[in-house]
Amino acid sequence: MKPCYINSAVSISAQDTLDNSSFLENTISFERKLAKAIHPNYRSFISPIASRRMATGVKMGIAAAKKALALAELETPDAIITGTGIGCIEDSEKFLNAILDNDEEFLTPTSFIQSTHNTVGAQIALTLKCKGYNVTYVQGAASFESAVLDGQLLLHENEAKTVLVGGTDELGKYLINDIILAEAAKKQPITTPFGEGAHFFSLSQSKQNNSFAAIKGLKIFNKTTPETIKTKVEDFLKEYALTTEDIDAIVLGKNGDAFDELYQTLQDSSFKSTPQLHYKHLCGEFFTASAFGFWTATNIIKQNHIPEVLKLNTINKSSYKNILLYNQLKGHQHSFTLLTSC
Amino acid sequence: MLKNRVAITGMGIISSIGTTVEANLHALLNSKKGIAPIVNIDTRHKNEIKVGEILQTNAELAKSLHLNENHNYSRTALLGCIAAQQAVKHANIDTIDAFRTGLISATSVGGMDLTEKHFQNYNEESRKLINSHHAVDSTEKIAALLGITDFTSTISTACSSAANAIMLGARLIKSGQLDRVIVGGTDGLAKFTINGFKTLMILSDTDCTPFDANRKGLNLGEAAAYLVLESDAVVKQDNKTVLGYLAGYGNANDAFHQTASSENGEGAFLAMSKALKVAELNPEDINYINAHGTATPNNDLSEGKAIKRIYGDSVPDFSSTKAFTGHTLAAAGAIEAVYSILALQNNVMFPNLNFKTAIPELSMVPITEVTKKPLNYVLSNSFGFGGNCSTLIFSKN
Repeated sequence: MKPCYINSAVSISAQDTLDNSSFLENTISFERKLAKAIHPNYRSFISPIASRRMATGVKMGIAAAKKALALAELETPDAIITGTGIGCIEDSEKFLNAILDNDEEFLTPTSFIQSTHNTVGAQIALTLKCKGYNVTYVQGAASFESAVLDGQLLLHENEAKTVLVGGTDELGKYLINDIILAEAAKKQPITTPFGEGAHFFSLSQSKQNNSFAAIKGLKIFNKTTPETIKTKVEDFLKEYALTTEDIDAIVLGKNGDAFDELYQTLQDSSFKSTPQLHYKHLCGEFFTASAFGFWTATNIIKQNHIPEVLKLNTINKSSYKNILLYNQLKGHQHSFTLLTSC
Repeated sequence: MLKNRVAITGMGIISSIGTTVEANLHALLNSKKGIAPIVNIDTRHKNEIKVGEILQTNAELAKSLHLNENHNYSRTALLGCIAAQQAVKHANIDTIDAFRTGLISATSVGGMDLTEKHFQNYNEESRKLINSHHAVDSTEKIAALLGITDFTSTISTACSSAANAIMLGARLIKSGQLDRVIVGGTDGLAKFTINGFKTLMILSDTDCTPFDANRKGLNLGEAAAYLVLESDAVVKQDNKTVLGYLAGYGNANDAFHQTASSENGEGAFLAMSKALKVAELNPEDINYINAHGTATPNNDLSEGKAIKRIYGDSVPDFSSTKAFTGHTLAAAGAIEAVYSILALQNNVMFPNLNFKTAIPELSMVPITEVTKKPLNYVLSNSFGFGGNCSTLIFSKN
């Protein structure tokens, strides 16, 4: 597929990332199990009347999407593609509790209406009156990557000139507590906190004045092992006539669990002499946390600088042109993303 | 003709009118509906609704998949595995990774049937079921069953989900990213969706009557269906029998309301127009429309208007098969894709059951009897909450 260009990158996360004035300089570290998002003043993005009914994920999504379009100086994209792993869990929980508490009586539709996974994508389309292509991906930890891949494909097919892609996930209030307990019962559980966030990016088919990075390649796959991961990544890079030595930094979705072995295998072999980065200690683990990694990588390319807090080793490069991201969750939903300068 | 055609070489389905493709065809040809009072779910609303329910219990479905008793499969995953397995078998695939093979599945409810049982009282044992809540879970289980290790994705755009899964599969083949993709969708019935649609007051207490002036709302259903899409190269190399082709597809957003369709059916109109353009067809080339036709007052009027915007007064033969199966939500697009292919293969149009009186604003009369006629192109619509509208066009050659 042809590369496509990134013209804006917006993050709402547990760090102060929405205001782009500093790039992960004064980060927060988390003692607790939850890394809740830092919310902007939503009044600048959504009317207070509309905002009152909206769940966290929808608000974060609309705000991040609007800012991504504003930064890219784009009014209406040709397509809106979103990813979410857990979907609108706040409204799902609200409706579930209402069903269970009142034995299926006295229910109102609002939380059901807002519980479907495509709520964020739909609300963005509704806000922008955007009638173009609109899809929501729910492929766990590869939800965001699925959205980006579809966006790249639309631009490649000439079905769109501009695409808004993003990922959103909210923590919710109830299920997360049992998720944490279930995780804690595992032999080598996730050690980063659980987080939430919304990340949106404006992509274009051709290079624009404001383009600052390009998506060269993206691969999503279902299964691999520590024995085959090295070959898998080398084969992926070969498709773009690159070797592991051409990679200026590798961004890894490490979360401390047993499946970090997959990342470690690459750290100890092909990417031994490459700057190695992690980020989930900053944003927490959630299905679209990899979009925070993606945002980080685009900023590294833009600023030609890696914040200390991301570094897993002490290797530096004079310039950061090719960045590879690898993410997976519990040995599933793997993705390689190759970003380059442009 | 399109470059890199997308052939359909296998189909699998489980719905309230049959647990195989043959059984579904038999029911469609004999006007045997699958709509009845609910059996497997204990709901307060059982006397006020009728549903398109698959009568096998989860235990029976699990047994047919040879799962052990303490499995963590949601009903959505069970149905999905059964239908996807059939599709791969139907396509005579022995070695799944002989070609670059992907899986794209759709679901809206995911593992909600399990979550709603345990949500307020998880314990150490039942917490193991939390992972089955996520939409990706049924896809993972299907991928594991079929041995798919390559590209795997899940789509959730409410009731248009499976149509979008089929569309993405076709685009990945056309652009040369994959050689073969298993595409479709699965949704089991759950209290969550029954109560959700109930609060919206769009559930009918009788058999639903799509496109009828006096329609009262929809019957919910559950089902799963998958298609095997293969590239021309695979078809040639393996000398495959082709059941039909995916000729066109279109996706648009109504951008009107979170749940209601716009009065003039803008999203539906745009989706159909795009699909015709991709297929390089004129509207009059379409021989039969398998409409979304949920039998809600809003959908049928809006969809009818959108069809009229394209066709004026010369609307092609059309029907909704929702009165057979109920509205199977994220699976609907795949169920109706199977029915569209069956229509093409057998040169037959399936009846729009329970229709009596045309909607006055539309004066559109659907096919009400099993009707034979040579078919070359069938158009299938799927629309969902969130304004998500998708259209697929299937061709015989």
